Amino acid sequence: MRMLRALLLLLLALGAAACGHVEPWVKPYERDRLADPIMAWGRDPVSIAYLSHVRDAREGSRGASGAAGGGCGCN
Amino acid sequence: MLMLRVRLFALLPLLAAGLATSVHATVLPEDRADVLWHRYSGGGVTIEGPSVLVRKGFAERVSISANYYVDMVSSASVDVMTTASPYEEKRTQYSVGADYVRGKTIYSLGYTNSDEPDYVADTAYGTISQDLFGDLTTITLGYQRGWNTVGKRGDPAFHPRTDTRNYQIGLSQIITKNLILGASYEAITDEGFLNNPYRSVRYVDPTSGTGFSFEAERYPRTHTSNAAAVRARYHLPMRAAVYGEYRFYTDTWKVRGHTAQIGYTYPWKDDWLFDVNYRYYTQTQADFYSDLFPRQNFANFLARDKELSTFKSHAIGLEASYRFLKKNWYYLHEGTVNLHWDIMRFDYDNFRNIPAGGPPGQEPLYGFTANVTQVFFSFWF
Repeated sequence: MRMLRALLLLLLALGAAACGHVEPWVKPYERDRLADPIMAWGRDPVSIAYLSHVRDAREGSRGASGAAGGGCGCN
Repeated sequence: MLMLRVRLFALLPLLAAGLATSVHATVLPEDRADVLWHRYSGGGVTIEGPSVLVRKGFAERVSISANYYVDMVSSASVDVMTTASPYEEKRTQYSVGADYVRGKTIYSLGYTNSDEPDYVADTAYGTISQDLFGDLTTITLGYQRGWNTVGKRGDPAFHPRTDTRNYQIGLSQIITKNLILGASYEAITDEGFLNNPYRSVRYVDPTSGTGFSFEAERYPRTHTSNAAAVRARYHLPMRAAVYGEYRFYTDTWKVRGHTAQIGYTYPWKDDWLFDVNYRYYTQTQADFYSDLFPRQNFANFLARDKELSTFKSHAIGLEASYRFLKKNWYYLHEGTVNLHWDIMRFDYDNFRNIPAGGPPGQEPLYGFTANVTQVFFSFWF
């Protein structure tokens, strides 16, 4: 429950901040290197899913292994 | 049953990786098809099969994906050789997913069915991914629910169920024009029949000729885990990237895990891409694990699953990709052929190799090396 409350607070804070105008400190025209495919969190989803499957089968740990998030917004 | 603990979690990484391939936060992933053959060989186990993943967008608003995946298992592992006979089995998994973009938000839904003779798993997920702060930040929230039925060969009346829930939050953050950071947290809860109906624990038995006997393992009926990870990628002054990741894991069975990985990605000429990486993993044992219990029915919960023991693992990964198609050819824009090879070494601190022989509890500690190979073709259209 405490965790859920903290998560909601975080989302509210982010939501409130998003309503205000935040000047991007890395301009869209400066993101060419970030847009390079070698900077993608996961270039090959089919391969990442398989290797994650192999590791999960042999390790006690699980979760948070995916490259969460949609990328860098390099338009 | 080899994959008992795995199949419940195979979906979200696929989903997350699918979204993560796009470097444009609120643009749907590219239209793409991958045809992969995978092979795992190590510890007396060979698992191989195909995986086909196709993703197609419509009207720049919706992207549909489908995956067909097969594991063909041939197992003579140390567990199997200790208390059972080598076996072969096949697992087939179908997944479908849909992503919808509206403004700075991507909504995703998906469903997976995994089927094998003694385990059926159905899983559904939903995620929301939102760009913030001039697209410097992306937040992703995910929820996944799994319904599973466990079976047992030769016992048609045996079909207990397990339910799984995953809660995930992820953050992707641009720091500089060369550096991007990511963080994720995932909580997973399971409830139901969580152990393997075929696996046994061993206990000291002076009446046995070997000095020990076996009884069925017994796990708690609930399991909750928390995992948090941070990762970074940095674009070097020349066209190459370095990356790293750390994950901390803890659960209600008292397993604690640490995972660290570093890697280097470098293109060569226009059409080659290479990647080399190293991964280290270590964990402590579950509080109801023992290689050799002092007597029969020693505790309410008993496990001798080596994945719940204390161990360390080192892995080296090598990847090569060659773009053989770079001009339009019928409907295809681009095509690559890819070879990934991972060498994994596992060394167990308190799981002993019973078939190797020796006095009970003094057999050599178990360890093995696995080779994991992936060959796949990728096409963009």
